[in-house]
Amino acid sequence: MDFELDQDQQMLAKTVSDFAKNESPVARFRQFRDDDVGYDPAAWRKMGELGWMGVPFPESAGGFGGGFIDCALILENLATTLVPEPYLASVVLGGMTLARAGNRLQHEAYLTPMIEGETTLALAYAEAQSRYDVTAVETTATPHGSGYRLSGEKVWVLNGHHADHLVVSAKAPGGVTLFVVQRDADGVNITVAKTMDGQKAAFIRLDGVMVDEGSRLGEEGSGGAVLDRTMDYAAAAAVAEGVGIATTMLRMTVEYLGTREQFGVKIGSFQSLQHRAVDMYAETELLRSISMASMVRADDEDVYLRRADISAAKYQLATGGIWVAQQSLQLHGGIGVTDEHDIGLYFKRMYALNALFGDQEHHVARFASDPAFSEVAI
Amino acid sequence: MDLTFTEEEEAFRQEVRAWIPEAMPDAMRERARGAGGFTPEDSATWHRILYEKGWVAPHWPKEVGGTGWDAARRFIFNEELELAGAPGLSVFGLSMVGPLIISFGTDAQKKRFLPKILSAEEFWCQGYSEPGSGSDLASLRTTAEDAGDHFIVNGQKTWTSYAQYADWIFCLVRTDPSAKKQAGITFLLIDLKSPGVEVKPMLTLGHTPAFCDTFFDNVKVPKENVVGSINQGWTMAKALLGHERTLLAMIGPSRNTLQKIKRIAATKTVDGQPMLEDPVWRAKIARLEMRFRAHTMVSYRALADQQKGKMPGPESSILKIVGTELIQDLTELAMEVMGESSLTWYNEGLCPAVEESIGPYFCYERAATIYGGSNEIQRNVIAKMILQLPTS
Repeated sequence: MDFELDQDQQMLAKTVSDFAKNESPVARFRQFRDDDVGYDPAAWRKMGELGWMGVPFPESAGGFGGGFIDCALILENLATTLVPEPYLASVVLGGMTLARAGNRLQHEAYLTPMIEGETTLALAYAEAQSRYDVTAVETTATPHGSGYRLSGEKVWVLNGHHADHLVVSAKAPGGVTLFVVQRDADGVNITVAKTMDGQKAAFIRLDGVMVDEGSRLGEEGSGGAVLDRTMDYAAAAAVAEGVGIATTMLRMTVEYLGTREQFGVKIGSFQSLQHRAVDMYAETELLRSISMASMVRADDEDVYLRRADISAAKYQLATGGIWVAQQSLQLHGGIGVTDEHDIGLYFKRMYALNALFGDQEHHVARFASDPAFSEVAI
Repeated sequence: MDLTFTEEEEAFRQEVRAWIPEAMPDAMRERARGAGGFTPEDSATWHRILYEKGWVAPHWPKEVGGTGWDAARRFIFNEELELAGAPGLSVFGLSMVGPLIISFGTDAQKKRFLPKILSAEEFWCQGYSEPGSGSDLASLRTTAEDAGDHFIVNGQKTWTSYAQYADWIFCLVRTDPSAKKQAGITFLLIDLKSPGVEVKPMLTLGHTPAFCDTFFDNVKVPKENVVGSINQGWTMAKALLGHERTLLAMIGPSRNTLQKIKRIAATKTVDGQPMLEDPVWRAKIARLEMRFRAHTMVSYRALADQQKGKMPGPESSILKIVGTELIQDLTELAMEVMGESSLTWYNEGLCPAVEESIGPYFCYERAATIYGGSNEIQRNVIAKMILQLPTS
């Protein structure tokens, strides 16, 4: 058992962390909050040149054949300054889905340019009624000629407002199936949706969009299982990001407690606030520790082994992570609830991460559905 | 990063797993699989069995009777003992004073004390707290007066757990009343059979005589029983606290309690179906099990550090707080799952044995957040030492 990063991983984490600090401070995130795209395609290309998008993908698709751990490390470090580029949406959601479901031609057409930083991807899986059930799909894929006609509406498509290629789930005769849809295809209607944490997503209406057979990812009916797997990666990714957010909020709060004076003393000398800070530290370390387990397990083919740690991690984000966010705001006092102070930006991001890829009730129920949970030794 | 054990380590696990039930006397095996609730006598029996196998002190260096296992094997060994429901061993000799003597004791002390700790010929207890000195331990007033080649000890120690079964007590005593608080304290080993020592057991909330008051009335203690040097006892105590940290993470007790909760929930019904199948109760149990999983990972990190011969990182400081609060939440849930049956109090044979074991254990673990440095004191220390928050 070993929780240490190898040398390459340490170097990767350091490079990303330096990038975040030096080239993308929170001020940059603020600047892009009001931008139509919400991030800088030039910065995305640079991340491609640095090789960050390729880490989890096979070499045949232009990736580096690494593990999900590297991906999680990048997310954790990007989160420390809220780097706005769509790594989670494009690499984890769109990319991991394409990597698992697509064939070689599809990898070359859609994955490779994304890895190089030339394009971005988005995964259109959620629908207004579906909540966290990726198989609750009402969008239809009706066979038409040698292809399909897609109709329906997808919601909260992260990076859907700007992605070059959309991976869309729809119900074909054989069950939930994934398709690649071009953003400029006839019948694709994209509406930008602002998100609470200052980012952008899209609502996408598909009005009889025609796709050929080559746009289908895998067999008909294979989409549900692939999406389920993607959601595991995504939950582990959200937790990794949450570690970056919680660590930063804790650091900012401890700094504030050590500088802010009231009653003629530093407020960090008050025992009630010290104890609160210690509990924040404990929740953050619990989150970091279970995040390590979840990023290792994300690549595990054993479904229950994988799910147990990922669900436990997402649950810790929903409980401990959210609590750290709440207390960080509380301990900052009035300044914490202004838009001017950065602490609130992290607060909102933690809530966004909490809402995505399964909330606590979802993961509690899933954890308890593991047959091992009900195994009772006599 | 790698969360798996090697093939050799897994083979070792199988060896341990096969050995444990074979080594247990029949009655003990029965109870290990059932409700637990072992007495200090059971614990001593199991101690001797492990001693004969050479496995009683895996965490000691090989040359003084340890097994020579690395941290991973020690971890696997502990985990298998916990999973098998084996009785816990008295920690005061094996995990507290033993390691301290190994690190700081004289050769004569090592020769005199270590073999008998291993063989269970001598059991130990801890003499730290006093009626007036709990969290403010350095204010302790038990005195050891210099009388040439020996000390004369006077005072009272309290919460001296299991002193009635112990042969020796390790104490913090004041040897220099004029020095500043921490500076005048000495770590002293005292034979409980010495004239002038009186041990009075008291009942705890769980109605077990776990606690004692121990009185010292002009007790003569040879100076060779000082560990470290005179007036350096506070340093010894702090070194010992480091050992306690991972001990108090409550990984084994939490795992066992979770298992008991599920066993009980499998036998009760809600709306005509087993409680363990009821979504609300499943969720309640799952929440604690998921937190336990995260907590376990923190302790694995500390273990992995030890494996590499490094000091555990700062995150290990939270193990006591999280672990003890978790075991309280778990025992509380066990009570809740039992419903009316949680009223039962030492009615042997009335309720299933597993249910009978819960109430007293629930009461017993209320002490967990108090002993070993109360959780409030732990928070003070972490705020200062790790978060480096300002002092007032």
